[in-house]
Amino acid sequence: MSYLPHTSHDIEQMLDAIGVKGVEDLFPDVPASARFPNLELPPGLSQMEVAWKMEELAEANLPGAKTAMFLGAGAYNHYSPPVVNHTILRGEFLTAYTPYQPEVSQGTLQAMFEYQSMICALTGMEVANASHYDGATSLAEAAILALNTRSGRTKLVMSPGVNPMYRDVVRTYTQGMGLTITGDESSSVDVSRLIDLLDENTAMVTVQYPNFFGEIEDFSELVSAAHALKILVCVVTDPIALGLLKPPGQLGADIVTGEGQGLGIPMSFGGPYLGFFATREQFVRKMAGRLVGETRDVNGQPGFVLTLATREQHIRRERATSNICTNQGLMALAATVYMSAMGKHGLRKVAELCWHKAHYAAAEIDKVNGFTVSMHLPFFKEFVVQCPIPVEEINAFLLDEHGIVGGYDLGQDYSDRENQMLVAVTETNSQDEIDAFVEALTEVTE
Amino acid sequence: MKEPLIYELGSPGRNGVGMPDPDVPLTRIPTDLVREELDLPEVDELTVVRHFQRLSQLNHNIEKDFYPLGSCTMKYNPKLNEDMARLPGFAHIHPLQDPDTIQGALEVMFDVQEWLAELGGFAGVSLQPAAGAHGEFAGILMMRKYHLDRGDTKRTKMLIPDSAHGTNPASTSMSGLAVIEIPSDERGNVDLNMLKEHCDDTVVGLMITNPNTLGLFEEHMLEVVEAVHACGGLVYGDGANFNALMGVVRPGDLGFDVMHYNLHKTFSTPHGGGGPGSGPVGVSERLVPFLPGPIVAIIEEGEDDDDLPTYGLIMPEKSIGRMKAFHGQFGMHVRALSYMLAYGGEGLRKVSEMAVLNANYVRVRLRDVYHVPFDRINMHEFVAEGRFSDAPDIHALDIAKRLMDYGFHPPTNYFPLIVHEALMIEPTETESKETLDAFADAMIQIAQEAREQPDLLHGAPHVTPIGRLDEVLAAKQLVLCCRPIPEWAEG
Repeated sequence: MSYLPHTSHDIEQMLDAIGVKGVEDLFPDVPASARFPNLELPPGLSQMEVAWKMEELAEANLPGAKTAMFLGAGAYNHYSPPVVNHTILRGEFLTAYTPYQPEVSQGTLQAMFEYQSMICALTGMEVANASHYDGATSLAEAAILALNTRSGRTKLVMSPGVNPMYRDVVRTYTQGMGLTITGDESSSVDVSRLIDLLDENTAMVTVQYPNFFGEIEDFSELVSAAHALKILVCVVTDPIALGLLKPPGQLGADIVTGEGQGLGIPMSFGGPYLGFFATREQFVRKMAGRLVGETRDVNGQPGFVLTLATREQHIRRERATSNICTNQGLMALAATVYMSAMGKHGLRKVAELCWHKAHYAAAEIDKVNGFTVSMHLPFFKEFVVQCPIPVEEINAFLLDEHGIVGGYDLGQDYSDRENQMLVAVTETNSQDEIDAFVEALTEVTE
Repeated sequence: MKEPLIYELGSPGRNGVGMPDPDVPLTRIPTDLVREELDLPEVDELTVVRHFQRLSQLNHNIEKDFYPLGSCTMKYNPKLNEDMARLPGFAHIHPLQDPDTIQGALEVMFDVQEWLAELGGFAGVSLQPAAGAHGEFAGILMMRKYHLDRGDTKRTKMLIPDSAHGTNPASTSMSGLAVIEIPSDERGNVDLNMLKEHCDDTVVGLMITNPNTLGLFEEHMLEVVEAVHACGGLVYGDGANFNALMGVVRPGDLGFDVMHYNLHKTFSTPHGGGGPGSGPVGVSERLVPFLPGPIVAIIEEGEDDDDLPTYGLIMPEKSIGRMKAFHGQFGMHVRALSYMLAYGGEGLRKVSEMAVLNANYVRVRLRDVYHVPFDRINMHEFVAEGRFSDAPDIHALDIAKRLMDYGFHPPTNYFPLIVHEALMIEPTETESKETLDAFADAMIQIAQEAREQPDLLHGAPHVTPIGRLDEVLAAKQLVLCCRPIPEWAEG
């Protein structure tokens, strides 16, 4: 049956060696009252039948990535070159365990070392770990690092320009810690308002770059103000944007986190994704997550090992920097292959395509009667459209009449952004698609 | 022959995957926004393919050979599951698409919730947690909130056995609770008397792994649960060892209030060199309102038997909150459902039975050569001591490294902490008797080498791509990145 190799002869021989009569005798310690329950579950299927059933379920979904798609808000329809998928399908990477035995895990270890190096290069930071679950939990771990480093401080300041889901996750993670979390009560990303909130009880201030609305803010004043009070600055960022924009490390960030899904990982209804995390060398011992370091073997040959394991749960237990064990290893590998295959020139090209296409779309939509795009700051890949009617209605119309997946309804998260749609445009949106989208919007006000 | 770093391959100006020029009119990019340097590799695609192929060949993996890591459940990762996860209707959907356009995805998640609830004996399940430790964290937060919601603010302690996986106390600390360690008795169970002594109204609950990390089913499981419930505490089950229990017993039926599942262990989703995993949590009726959200529910029943219900995402009314962005590791949910459908309820019971059979078989083959401290019928794994009284210089580490020369991945070393020189062996159910015999033969041979040719073990591994690595040096002279540190980062 399915993947079990046992013949009845095998079973008989093994039971004999063990010294029991039947398989049911292998469970003497299970309370008899609860043993072998009747499960209300269907019988098994052949692989062929499983495929039929799963295909039916898959076909009940519209693959947005295969339509004209303008939805972003933290997950993006970016291109993934085939070499990424083929590499992560290799059984040697796919079915390997965490590299605790380095002599037989150099493939995974070296790939993770290369990943760490590329994330450092991309973000302009000194050290990076081998991944967190996603951009949101990566930010939560940054908050924990800040609270451990600035111990005694109990306040976190977060800009409303940080992804709303990420801010929720930070609150979930810290609910047992008696903290004050502030900054996002208003939806204004005005830096001076955030600066006013900083004080000596603040451990960390977080901004997003580009922010949730696509805007590229200048937070140099915020960085100065924060550092004067020894507050850590965390910048949540987008790896595709970093193909073009100045890295947060250069702008004064102490910690850089973000979502790596855009680096060749499919949208996959929200997961598995990739949280990246990079920081300054001085914080490395307080950092959570796996770290791969270079070393030598007994013959002097260079190789790689997991290192600084004393930070981690399997050594430090309740005093560990975090509880994280399994992370997103294969997704980090996917990102490494993407960054290798696209390379310096490819990633820059992808970012430029996003820039030009998003700006073109913004300009064209602004011309449509009833719609306004007024971005006061430079923007990358996403922009805000003020719509004449609720976003929900527009999106239903776009989908039903034109098979277009429209942007994100910001009114869901920001009460003063009713009828505002967050539109994402990537390298995968052709000019024809953008023009068709604009054309469809003109029909809205007719 | 060491494989160079990807950065050492290639040449300035070399291009990999090309992208087209913009098909839209250009918009000027303000120069003050643009980075001066982007330090990524410059290699052609074939070089990328060769590099990662050569790296891959340095890894042990399930598709190469046996991988008996205790508590990791290194079973076969079905190829079918990989194909299913890649169906465009699953891989290419955005998590925030209109619910009408992703009903199939929601149904996958709903079905996985239902299967897990039925297998575990729970009233509700959330698929949001991304890994086992994440599920533990969610479970502890739920237990904490349950008490606070009742107006009980005195409870600040979590009871945890000394045999527990490190994530248990680590997750507890993250929740702001104190860890109280409960010792094990001489038969490998939680010491029931010590437990009862600590059960009072300052206890949030107990975190327990069953079967425990010795591979043993707690002999007084019902009494343990009773003791904790009697003082008003809740019982958390670490479901890492659930591969021993499917169709055999349901933790919910034993009185567990919450449990996490590891889809990347029990339900065959691949380990990927360190994830992604998936750690759903199941809860009893009284904890359902506290589940991390969103979760999938039927928001509108079908009109008749032929009509499908409408699924939607809802936030439980007293939810501890969101644990990560979006809905969870959906790609792993697809794989797990494909796995469960292939076996069905009866098949999953057979999985657990065969996992337990295999582990006991390996134990009896080794027991005369390796000391098994708790030599009774075990479940899906067992722990042996990697040491010999007549070869005192040999440690579990040496045995582990020597096993690599035989083509096997070593078992888990030095865990659980309560056994000296522990070797935790979990064969899983997808291994044939021949493989188990080959492993046992190798272990017996190594035991003989330990007395007759100890240098073979001390110097092991001999045939792996690289020799024993200096972990002390790695921590002392930290090299975590191969690229030059940017100027602005210094000072």
